[in-house]
Amino acid sequence: MADSDSDDGCSDDWVFYRDKQEWADVVPIPQDDGPFPVVQIAYSDKFRDVYDYFRAILQADEHSERALDLTTDAAQLNAANYTVWQFRRVLLKELKKDLRDELSYITGMIWSHPKNYQVWHHRRVIVEWLGDADKELQFTADILQSDAKNYHAWQHRQWAIRHFGLWEREIEYVNQLIGEDLRNNSAWNQRYFVITNTTGYTENVLSTEVSYTKDLISRAPNNESGWNYLRGILQERDLSTYPGIVAFCTKLYEGNIRSPFLLGFMIDYHEDMLEHGCEDDEDVLNSALDLCDSLAKDLDTIRKEYWNYVARSLTDKYRKKDVS
Amino acid sequence: MALPVKDVTISESAPSELLLQKHISYISAYGTKKDDYEYCMTEYLRLSGIYWGLTVMDLMHSLELMDRQEVLQFVRECQHECGGVGASIGHDPHLLYTLSAVQVVTLYDAVDTLDVDAVVKYIVGLQTDEGGFMGDKWGEVDTRFSFCAITCLALLGRLDAVNVDKAVEFVLSCMNFDGGFGCRPCSESHSGQIYCCVGMLAIVGRLHHIDADQLGWWLCERQLPSGGLNGRPEKLPDVCYSWWVLSSLSIIGRLHWIDKEKLVRFILATQDEETGGFADRPGDMVDPFHTLFGIAGLSLLGNTAVKPVNPVFCMPEETIRRLGLKPQML
Ligand SMILES: [Zn+2]
Repeated sequence: MADSDSDDGCSDDWVFYRDKQEWADVVPIPQDDGPFPVVQIAYSDKFRDVYDYFRAILQADEHSERALDLTTDAAQLNAANYTVWQFRRVLLKELKKDLRDELSYITGMIWSHPKNYQVWHHRRVIVEWLGDADKELQFTADILQSDAKNYHAWQHRQWAIRHFGLWEREIEYVNQLIGEDLRNNSAWNQRYFVITNTTGYTENVLSTEVSYTKDLISRAPNNESGWNYLRGILQERDLSTYPGIVAFCTKLYEGNIRSPFLLGFMIDYHEDMLEHGCEDDEDVLNSALDLCDSLAKDLDTIRKEYWNYVARSLTDKYRKKDVS
Repeated sequence: MALPVKDVTISESAPSELLLQKHISYISAYGTKKDDYEYCMTEYLRLSGIYWGLTVMDLMHSLELMDRQEVLQFVRECQHECGGVGASIGHDPHLLYTLSAVQVVTLYDAVDTLDVDAVVKYIVGLQTDEGGFMGDKWGEVDTRFSFCAITCLALLGRLDAVNVDKAVEFVLSCMNFDGGFGCRPCSESHSGQIYCCVGMLAIVGRLHHIDADQLGWWLCERQLPSGGLNGRPEKLPDVCYSWWVLSSLSIIGRLHWIDKEKLVRFILATQDEETGGFADRPGDMVDPFHTLFGIAGLSLLGNTAVKPVNPVFCMPEETIRRLGLKPQML
């Protein structure tokens, strides 16, 4: 395991709490290890020092400036310790600290620990207390710039949008992200989130969304997210009659695209045709089965059991019993 | 041209046999190594660590190597007066660690270690009007916590204490257009959250609300050419996500949709031949968390050197049977 001092951001002039005059009145409390106790030497000296004093002020429930500073050091050494953050929030309230300062502090902490749940939660509480989400869209956009799939950042962004009604320009942001990377599943999800909560999928919106998605799929036909979105928004529709769908897929297929997602989608509209009744249903069934077969045997062999299952279900459901 | 897929390659020399004895020594020695800085850094999740360690030892037929008395004493000391349990002594109570505590005392058939009525009261107090559950009194709601709450109560035989219909309603409100689930309504689908939601619905017998074919297809799409499974589209495969996808598929009766042989190969390749233990991906550092999910995954995939695991509770099947619990399976 890496040396504890490598990333804690403290400089060489670090003074142990046990050597600080202003902490002389506090009796540190060592960690009670419970089962599988760790040999004491395992701790970094600094880590042990800080946490021994943290336990002491926690137990004494001391609300003071020095206690707040101590939580800064404790969080620096281990940002995942949720008790540290909770105690810090008690202190912030109690000492009536400037929450704007706390917001800048937590911004830095999130940049150092973008995947840590506690730091994001702390930010959310601070923003809630401030009653102002001015910086949240830009901040989450910055984080997502460096990691487009950061789940915490997306959660925080959705929360801020919902809580403070920041819907207005979100679709632009989503367009930008999908434009940069059409496989960004989080952005597709955000698209659904925004539209559901604003205009809803009215007939007009739906038709715009379908052409938008088709356009992006033609650019990258093996894009799982785009296909899932298309299927999702058309869930209640008959895929075989919704304007443009069959023609779109046929064109891709004839252009020699063999993405499993395309073929899977084609199977779906074949099934819709069968379900809604068509004249040549034996042919439709057979071509659906051919698609399953080429997926199972050639294009997506890792999921052959799935495709065989689809073929079996279609056969059971639509093969005419009287035809032998 | 083949499209680039985010994945790993498994080298010829990666382990391909289950190194059971190594894993047993790895877990029983965990935390006693002198240079284990990581151990003290993880104090904030100690109780979950104990659950991972004990469960995997039990699955490997070696629970007796752990110090039962000491563990139970520790669990007792982590419970607060409010009924909730903290990750370690002096840590604030949280639903995540309350579940770990309940799982640990259940494994040991020593539920009396905890003040059960207080645990139940604590959980009841965390349900919101919308039916979801908060992780602690600070109020974050997440489908993970719905799973923790319902699982705890099921293990304690006290499901009647909360509003199950409301709880189901909240979980269903987090179902997405792709058939998956996220942590709150409209949150992106994520294998870990799917496991929580599917597991929760299985416990209360409401799996009929799920479109199992659509969800099953999303889940089996998580398998990459290396055989490993990822948690979301375009992410790398990982042993823990492999478990969450696998157990969800198993609950909805579609485990056979993935290529089992390839997944077994992937999981075995994440073992460390020297130290024992499993990592998230081949060649990475091992830890108890991925060791549990590696072993549990192999168990679900039919490895008989380890005990059968229950896909919903992630505990030995025999323990769940002893309690008379029968989560719904499709
Ligand atoms: Zn993992």
